Order: sequence, then C-alpha cells, then structure tokens
Amino acid sequence: MSEFILLRHRQIPDLDQLEVYRQHGGFEAFQNAVTTMNPYDVTQEVKASGLRGRGGAGFPTGLKWTFIDNENWPHYVVANADESEPGTFKDREIMEGNPFQFLEGIALTAYAIQATEAYIYLRGEFWQIAASLDLQIKELEADGLLGEKIFGTDYSLRIFTHLGAGAYICGEETALLESMEGKLGQPRLRPPFPPSYGLFGKPTVVNNVETLTNVPFILTRGADWYTSIGTEKSTGPKIFSLSGRVNKPGNYELPLGTTFRELIFEHGGGIPDGREIKAIMAAGASSSLIIANEEALDTPMDYESVPKVGGALGSASVIVIDDTVSIDWVLYKTLHFFSHESCGKCTPCREGTFWMRHIIDRIHKGEAGWSDVELLNEVALQIKGTCLCALGEFAIEAVTSGIERFESDFQAKVTGVSSKE
Amino acid sequence: MIAEKYAAEIEIILAKYPLDQKRSAVMPLLYLAQREGGYVTKGDMVEIGKILGITSTDVASIVGFYTLYYDQPEGTIRIQVCNDLPCALRGADEFLEKLCENLGIKIGGTTQDGSVTVEAVMCLAACDKAPMFQVQSADGLSYYEDQTVRSALEVVETLRKQDASK
Ligand SMILES: Cc1cc2nc3c(=O)[nH]c(=O)nc-3n(C[C@H](O)[C@H](O)[C@H](O)COP(=O)(O)O)c2cc1C
Ligand code: SF4
Ligand code: FES
Repeated sequence: MSEFILLRHRQIPDLDQLEVYRQHGGFEAFQNAVTTMNPYDVTQEVKASGLRGRGGAGFPTGLKWTFIDNENWPHYVVANADESEPGTFKDREIMEGNPFQFLEGIALTAYAIQATEAYIYLRGEFWQIAASLDLQIKELEADGLLGEKIFGTDYSLRIFTHLGAGAYICGEETALLESMEGKLGQPRLRPPFPPSYGLFGKPTVVNNVETLTNVPFILTRGADWYTSIGTEKSTGPKIFSLSGRVNKPGNYELPLGTTFRELIFEHGGGIPDGREIKAIMAAGASSSLIIANEEALDTPMDYESVPKVGGALGSASVIVIDDTVSIDWVLYKTLHFFSHESCGKCTPCREGTFWMRHIIDRIHKGEAGWSDVELLNEVALQIKGTCLCALGEFAIEAVTSGIERFESDFQAKVTGVSSKE
Repeated sequence: MIAEKYAAEIEIILAKYPLDQKRSAVMPLLYLAQREGGYVTKGDMVEIGKILGITSTDVASIVGFYTLYYDQPEGTIRIQVCNDLPCALRGADEFLEKLCENLGIKIGGTTQDGSVTVEAVMCLAACDKAPMFQVQSADGLSYYEDQTVRSALEVVETLRKQDASK
C-alpha cells in the first residue's frame, strides 16, 4: 500500500495523540516556517504546489491567499468544517483520525497571511469533534505550539471552534461568515470576496478541512514533491468519499486523476448483487448524473477531465447508482434535499426548489404526464444563472442532466399513468 | 437563569470573539440554554439578547433559522434517521419504515408513552455506514451507524430505560 498523506491515521496508530503526531514529524513544518521563513514564502510554496481547494470549487489555494488585503487588519483564517453535502464524509474522518495535521495546516495558513486568530466552523452534529478539537488546541497551547510568542518569536496565534446548528447553506463560505457573526446563515452578495471583506468585515481566508490538511506536507516535502502526485493541473492526493450501490463504500485516498473504474471496481469492490452500474454523481447531491458508460468509467477523476463526460469533480463525493434505480427517484431525493436547504434569500431558488419538489413528487408517484416532466425541466432552466449563490445551480444539476440523459426512466413513469387512464 | 448559573462558561464563550463582535456568541449561548431543558425558552432568548446587546426578536430568528434549536419541548428521545440519497441507496428508507412500524408510529410520530420520536433527516456525513441515525436527547447528540432494525430497537430500549431511571 502506498503512503497516505491525509488519512495517515490508517497507517500510524494513535496519530490523534499529540505525542505520536510529533514523533512523526508533526509541527516541524510550522516551527520551521515561523522561525526561518517569511510568510510570503510560505504562500509561494503552496502556490507552486498547485494545491486546489477540496471543498468543491477547486480554486487554487495559494493564489487565494495572495488576494488577502494587506491594507486592512486583522486577518482571519476560517476552516470550513461544515461538511453537509450528501455523500461527503471525508472531513469528519480527518478531524477524528488525524486532527493535529489539520490544526497544523490551519496554523501554517494563519502564519502565511499573518492572522493571529483562526476559527473552525463545524456543523452542529460534529459537537463531539469540536469538543476533542478544543482539548487538542489546549494541548498545543500547553506545548507552546499555539498561543503567545510561538517558538520565542513575535508571532501569536489562537484557534477557536464554532458550532453551526443544522443548515447546509452555512457551508457556502459567505453564509458561513454571516453565521459566525451571529446572523442568519444566508450568502452575501459578492464581490467583495472574503480575502478583502470576510469575517467581521476583515480580510479572511476560508479553506476546507481537507485543503488545510495538505499544507504541512507541502511545506515539509516541498512543492516539487507535491506536484509529482496527481495530474499536471490537478496535483496531489484526494479523498474520494464513495457511497451508494458499491460493495465497499468508504473514504479512499488516491491521487487526483485516478479513474472512476479504479475507484468503484478495484477499491470499492464493484456493484452488489451482480447488478450493472448505471449512473455516477461525482460531487454528491449537487452533481449532474453522468451516464456510467465505458468512456465515463475510464475518465480520470480530476478537475479538467470530469467535465468532459458532463460532470464536475466538486468535493469528489462519488455516489454510485445501479440499474435497479429509476432516475426519477434520484431527483425525488435530491429535490427534497435542496428545497429543504434553500435559505430562501432569493426568489428563483426558494420558489423554484419548492415547485420542482412538488412536480417530482407527482412524477414519482406516477400521477403525472410527460408535460409535467417538461415543466420540471423548464422550471430548472429558469433557475439557472439567476441565483445569489451556487445552491440554486446545484439543485438543478441532477434535474436537467437526469431528464436529458435518462429520458426513458421518465417515459416509463408517465406512461404508467396513461395506461391507467 | 443561565446568566448566573453559567457565568464562567459564558465568559469563556465571549472570550472567543472580538469585544465589539459579541453577537457571534449567539449560537454557543443558545446551545448552552438548550442543554438546560432540551429547548430554548422565551426567557432564555431575552437573557441572551441582553448579554449580547441584541433584541430577543433577533435571537428568536436565529432559533427559527437553524434546525438544531428547538423552541418547544419535544419527545424526550429523538431518533433521527438519515434517508438522504446515499443512505437511501443502502436501504435507509426500508429501515426507517420498519423501525417505525415496530414502534407503532408513523415517520415523524411519537410513541404512545411520549418517550420516543422518530424523524427522517438529511445527510449526517456517515453515508458509508447506512442505515444510520443520530439520537438527540437532553444529554446531547450521538451517532449510531451500520444499524439493523433489531439493533436500533435495542438502542431505543436502552435509551428508554436510561430515561426512565432519571
Ligand atoms: C451551497 C454550498 C455548500 C457548500 N458546502 C461546503 C462545505 O460543507 N464544506 C466546504 O469546505 N465547502 C463548502 N462549499 C464551498 C465553499 O463555499 C468554499 O468554496 C470553500 O469552503 C473554500 O475552501 P477551499 O478553497 O479550500 O475548497 C459550499 C458551497 C456552496 C455553494
Ligand atoms: S441561491 Fe438559494 S441558497 Fe443561495 S442565496 Fe439564493 S435562496 Fe439562498
Ligand atoms: S446520506 Fe445519510 S449520512 Fe450521508
């Protein structure tokens, strides 16, 4: 088995103990950065590594850090640990198994942008993880790895946890910041973006848990080493959360660019009960439905290749759908999710997800005709491009792709009705 | 009165945020209040508003927006089964239905003795371990993964006993 970079706790027992983490080189990257590097060089190394955000958008991480407004202080780092996309369960494993590497990643990011305070925003259900992180942060302070004048330098850093309370939209970075400010979790109008106007109106870097957990290794082993993993434009390892109709669901850490086939059939053990794979959602419920033909299965899972088969890599939460499943049911599930989670701030998303849910309920029950399927598609198209945040777009991905690519499933549903009539 | 009873904890919470950004403490303070009786009372909202210098209406709107806050007492043990897409692909809907059947309730309903409520909820980041549910009680919230109807009924029994012995 090759070496894990992110899920290292699977190879090193008790890695969630600070002592063990330090025995394996933990916090050397941070010490080295704070005592020998200037912050700019830390950012440059991360930029050179090609690391891209693992929270969904795939934005280059180092580049984001360079956007921080140095005319406006203080700066903040916020770790996005809201993890609520259906099909995503990777950040939870990192924080439970390898929490200190995540915390060291936050510390390095904070040093790079000279933030002296950082927050971790966790979904409310992760309160036990938050409680552990609070203790781990205390241990780091006791060891002089966080707190005042770290390693005898002038640099000080404190990290705090903050719990959300059950709202998917708070994973969207500006809604998350609103929520942290004690307001309703609703997205902000952008621009300005968080690096110029973030938490408390101050320049802020928001990064996903997995993104941050890469940073210590990039600093220890260097950008050249990092770029040797993955593909040219999608560098490094990635955790693929594999779920749905597979024999062995779970998190798999593999280089970006691994094919769907390898993930689903080699690592995931293939489809249960000898069934055929039918469709793939590559980015959780927010994905379009990719037809799982040979071409799709041989597609490398990286940010450039997945769009070529009509999808997006997003957070790499791969949901497998087999030939026992009718796609109208998939839409029924995703639309219930999105109509529940729309924050209600803009009309097309609030009303659109509500109506789409009603139409799909009828289709799913076999009480609709083909014109309803067309209506569903029309409502979806009306939402496109009219929303304040990406949730509205996420909500229609499965709808438009599902109707277009799996038309016969919908035909079967509606003809069921006409034969009864 | 949470302000007096939890004075030390409130201090610690407020210290997490800049002095002029006290409002950020509203979510942790609501959790503190909810720990007390399983839900947030009108009085709590007034008190929290006072501590943070915002109106109790502002506090109430936060309670309304986020699903993990309750403004009324609920069935003491809440079994929240995830039946979102990935879990449903692994049998969560059938699991939920059978569990409810065994408890003699409908989805969303409460058992006759008023002790257990079973609800369907959205993804809980445990999709590879379906069927799964979380249990919300006055003590907090915990996950139960890779469940069968039988193991779930055992969990319910254990929780009922614990609850009754309080
Ligand atoms: C509706 C919605 C939900 C999101 N949920 C999450 C989430 O749970 N976790 C996360 O890291 N990013 C989430 N994102 C992406 C964030 O807005 C943001 O892009 C990310 O935190 C940036 O970090 P990264 O560059 O390290 O990926 C979500 C975005 C949207 C539009
Ligand atoms: S698109 Fe939907 S979730 Fe996003 S701001 Fe508008 S209403 Fe809220
Ligand atoms: S879909 Fe049930 S935990 Fe994710």
